[in-house]
Amino acid sequence: MHNRVVITGLGIWSCLGKNLDEVKDSLYNGKSGIGMDMERKEWGYRSGLTGMVERPELKGILDRRARVGLSEEAEYAYMATLEAMKNAKMDMSWVENNEVGILYGNDSSAKAVSEAIDTIRIKKDTTLLGSGSIFQSMNCTVTMNLSTIFKLKGINFTISAACASGSHAIGLGYLMIKWGLQKHIICGGAQEVNPFAFGSFDGLSAFSIRENDPAKASRPFDKDRDGLIPSGGAATVIIESYESAIERGAPILAEIVGYGFSSNGAHISNSSVDGQIRSLNMALNDAGISADVVDYINAHATSTPGGDFAEAQAIDAVFGTSKPMVSSTKSMTGHECWMAGASEIVYSTLMMQNNFIAPNINFENPDEASAKLNIVSKTTEKNIDVFLSNSFGFGGTNSSLIIKKIK
Amino acid sequence: MTQQEIIAKINEFLVEEFEVDAEKIVPTANLRETLELDSLDYVDLVVIIESNFGFKVVAEDFINIHTFQDFYDYVNRKVAEKTTA
Repeated sequence: MHNRVVITGLGIWSCLGKNLDEVKDSLYNGKSGIGMDMERKEWGYRSGLTGMVERPELKGILDRRARVGLSEEAEYAYMATLEAMKNAKMDMSWVENNEVGILYGNDSSAKAVSEAIDTIRIKKDTTLLGSGSIFQSMNCTVTMNLSTIFKLKGINFTISAACASGSHAIGLGYLMIKWGLQKHIICGGAQEVNPFAFGSFDGLSAFSIRENDPAKASRPFDKDRDGLIPSGGAATVIIESYESAIERGAPILAEIVGYGFSSNGAHISNSSVDGQIRSLNMALNDAGISADVVDYINAHATSTPGGDFAEAQAIDAVFGTSKPMVSSTKSMTGHECWMAGASEIVYSTLMMQNNFIAPNINFENPDEASAKLNIVSKTTEKNIDVFLSNSFGFGGTNSSLIIKKIK
Repeated sequence: MTQQEIIAKINEFLVEEFEVDAEKIVPTANLRETLELDSLDYVDLVVIIESNFGFKVVAEDFINIHTFQDFYDYVNRKVAEKTTA
């Protein structure tokens, strides 16, 4: 007998807003969070485009010992988790006396690492890095810090799976609760936003260079797209067993009903239609639903020519008959990378709760593959009972999550 | 830098960086207990001293520093040594 797995808390810190209300409004209004970072141009970046994410001020909220270990992305994750825990009605005394886990997606902490190495090179003395450097520098910076701050006693590790990290974190949490290994898990994804983090990605010419019009630069599925825009922040999705949520009197926001995953077994950076189709079908099989039940697909589509083309083909192959509405919120956020798989669950659940589909802004003309999809380019009022969210990453890692409205 | 300037600077960064109430900083008070220092905090104290006074504290030096006054005297002595060197 498997447990039903429900979402009871959401939290977000992104270029669309610093809380759920702000983000919901941005999604509804099709507002872009993209801008220019001139420092990147000084550093020799091909593109200075980025999601514009504010750093939270944590002095006065967290004590010094907690703050010094937080990397930039862990600060974002702290803010998102604080909001999610409040919404999930998980206060500190309850958390301390129950087994709450954390599974968070993160795949770099480049700024902390780079600054530490610079200090060692200049000072020739490792002590002068200070005590926080190591806790900021490791990939598990989010889970090691948040598990300490929130005094978590359950499962505790980081998932690194490139741009599918956040999605796999939720998927693995879902499996753990489904199988009865845990009752409550703080899931999510975090992504640093700074010039240290994206130089190597920029070096692949993967980023849009439409610098004269940042809000128009991210255009997933549009035939004139020229690359993605890096972005970040953090998104937290608190999940637990249905029984636990009822017992606690927690708000049940939605149910996770399917998780599909696959590996392409092919090129390190190119997408694979076959790999994506396997992930989509596995999610549908796990959910025990047919493709026509899905009302909305939040696409991975990042605005790269090759990636979007492959995903459009994969979606058409599986959903070509029912043609559900499709949009990529990356048209507004840019590509939130390690965070994206979690943030897009937050964005889509907000749409589900508020009966609308956020637009795939800048979708003006389809290409041969996207012409076959039902892409939503304007905000559309729509009841969503079931949505699917795709996330794909370098190395050919694919993840698909299916979420259902609780009635 | 005079001794009074050194004390003022130390008190300022302890209040700012270690978030201790200024009124708790009295010369006879115990440094470790007042600041609630753990082993990690001592590393940060080394960094702050280096950035403010330009010398590196050796971990063993902390063994003989008990009170704030001990701490002021230690920094004052090291700054003086640095000046005369």
